[in-house]
Amino acid sequence: MTMTITEPMPVPAFDGIGLGRKLAIICSKGNLDMAYPGLVLANAALGEGVETHLFFTFWGFDMITKSRMGNLKFTMLGNTATHMPQGLGGLPGMTAMATHNMKKRMNEIGVPEVPDFLAQIVASGGHLWACRMSAEMMRLDESDLYEEVEGIISATDFIEKTEGAQLLFI
Amino acid sequence: MPITTIGSSQIHVDSEGFLTEYGEWTESLGETLAAAIGIELTEAHWKAIRFLRGDFAVQGETATLRRVSTLANIPIKELFTLFPGKPAKKMAYIAGLPKPRGCV
Repeated sequence: MTMTITEPMPVPAFDGIGLGRKLAIICSKGNLDMAYPGLVLANAALGEGVETHLFFTFWGFDMITKSRMGNLKFTMLGNTATHMPQGLGGLPGMTAMATHNMKKRMNEIGVPEVPDFLAQIVASGGHLWACRMSAEMMRLDESDLYEEVEGIISATDFIEKTEGAQLLFI
Repeated sequence: MPITTIGSSQIHVDSEGFLTEYGEWTESLGETLAAAIGIELTEAHWKAIRFLRGDFAVQGETATLRRVSTLANIPIKELFTLFPGKPAKKMAYIAGLPKPRGCV
């Protein structure tokens, strides 16, 4: 196939923008609805060629704890953005129902569940780090964590690893 | 909207160079676009590109990386190897489609 370009053809600057950029995301929440923002942003950054590191700390540890990562929950309680009477959220079964509905909606728009999403992030070249203090506090070790977590590291280690990165705390 | 001429055919592109008319794309044009961003298309690349073309024809929207991976059955890792750096955008560019709008 030979084709001659007779007039200047604009070519997107794929290798100019984003590459060399670095993003650090600290995931500190274990609610289903608060797990997603970090995952979506990490995924978007990786798709743009941005080196991305996620640090899971405190309740965010649930996102990478094997026994819990597939079972994060969404509750109406304390969340006025559902625009439902707060008393309803306390009724038995409401959290399970809200969680089920959120997962269903996410699935409808093609957003994977947390374990699958983490797998996609790792496949895209993302780095997962567990917080040492949280591990000690919750008495967990590597065997309890998602296999793709690269290590249990201190906050200081994470700050060192992400030198020069833009940082998001969620 | 700039018009650029490749060979004997005129094609409509946006300011970045993405084709804006679905019907103006041909496979040989795909090869020219790929070469412009430093990619030599192999059968593995074509599998993704052809999926994107077919999916756009049905959905009216460019497939995201996840959609390509799940429906065309190509591992995400492989897509990053085939189209390094910004796979979703590079695939869309070569396939003559707009950049994907979806987040995931």
